[in-house]
Amino acid sequence: MRRVDCVQIVEAVAKLCSEINIKLNPGVRNLIEEALKKETSSVGREILYQLLENAEIAYKKKLPLCQDTGMAVAFLELGQEVKITGGNLYDAINEGVRIGYKREYLRNSVVRHPFYRVNTGDNTPVIIHTRVVEGDVFNIYLMAKGGGSENTSALKMLTPAEGRQGVEDFVVQTVSNAGANPCPPLIIGVGIGGNFELAPLLAKEAILKSGEQKDKRDEDRELERTLLNKINRLGIGPQGLGGRTTALAVYVNTFPCHIASLPVAVNINCHSSRHGKINL
Amino acid sequence: MAKYSLSAPLTGEVVEKLKIGDRVLLSGIVYTARDAAHKRFIELIKAGEEFPVDLHGQIIYYVGPTPARPGCPTGAAGPTTSSRMDPYTPMLISSKGLKAMIGKGSRSLEVRKALQKYKAVYFAAIGGAGALISCRIKKAEVVAYRDLGPEAVYKLTVEKLPVIVVNDCHGGDLYEEGRKKYVIS
Ligand code: SF4
Repeated sequence: MRRVDCVQIVEAVAKLCSEINIKLNPGVRNLIEEALKKETSSVGREILYQLLENAEIAYKKKLPLCQDTGMAVAFLELGQEVKITGGNLYDAINEGVRIGYKREYLRNSVVRHPFYRVNTGDNTPVIIHTRVVEGDVFNIYLMAKGGGSENTSALKMLTPAEGRQGVEDFVVQTVSNAGANPCPPLIIGVGIGGNFELAPLLAKEAILKSGEQKDKRDEDRELERTLLNKINRLGIGPQGLGGRTTALAVYVNTFPCHIASLPVAVNINCHSSRHGKINL
Repeated sequence: MAKYSLSAPLTGEVVEKLKIGDRVLLSGIVYTARDAAHKRFIELIKAGEEFPVDLHGQIIYYVGPTPARPGCPTGAAGPTTSSRMDPYTPMLISSKGLKAMIGKGSRSLEVRKALQKYKAVYFAAIGGAGALISCRIKKAEVVAYRDLGPEAVYKLTVEKLPVIVVNDCHGGDLYEEGRKKYVIS
């Protein structure tokens, strides 16, 4: 049994909240720089440059990249040989978010009830998904997810006959409908398979684990390229003002599904794609 | 594409000059308001009660900034999705004389019609450029609904806030036009 203490968890979560909100993800920065080489629209190029400038200012002045510092989502990978000490694991994750958001002047963007919309005042609760895995690993993949892009995400239960074409059409249509609302250029997660509740998790996980691409199947990579190409033919462009860079990347995640089903979920994330990993 | 430097109050003549794609640097006063404040505004209009701010010729920015660090007027302050304000906007334009809005994303047909009829304009600020925009805000004071926290109505003093004309008062829509220009079918 390896021990992981709640005090460590609280501090690691708090630190990561501030880091992801203030420092542009280096992978995203590279993608923006690559996009600049290809973007032909002058307003599109202007915007891409301003996004890089925004990242510099944010880093220098310790300001959040975006004012919507999001609702926190944690994908927890818990080794079955880990023992949590010093308190309740979920409380520790929530406490980390509470401290991180307060300490770095991040915005509280969570309300207590969908109809009676009173702010919870500390950006909790965190949405936590847990997977128990072999060994003694302890990983938290953390995302600060903005409302504008989350609102344009979608799920559809397709029939097996609609197949890959149906999936491609649905993904492209979802991005097309979203237009300028989710702050393009986008980072898009696509979950295919599983069932009604798993497909969206696959889509979000695809973005969270985009830095760990080694084990990805060739067919999934090929689908990512096809989707990115189709999406960037839509013409939406940076901020929806016209251009070639509607999406910076598409990440696909697949899972077995029922003989009668073909679920597909599209999780849309903006250029301000804020996520990171804790490994204790 | 033309470039302008403008400040509120805006007049119909100034608004008429603006065309989609024009780049505008705004200085002076801009008011903030989001969903909750808009809802209260409309309730006041319907009840015929006194308004907390005079919106005549003014600009509303759809924003809910992050808390300010000590010594700064505001935190990150990029635009939020404008369509959530669509149900309220035509009434603010027609009965309160609102002349411009700053946000992100497309507007409803009703809003676009109101822009044409009453000579008003819709600007886009860069969504997600919260830190960059924050540097252009020199002063921020709450003028109404402090209880709404980040959704309170602030009077901002801005300097060279960069925005782009997306819907002009001639019926133009840059989201539609821009996309048409770059779509590959
Ligand atoms: S969609 Fe993203 S970049 Fe745009 S306002 Fe929301 S969190 Fe910020």
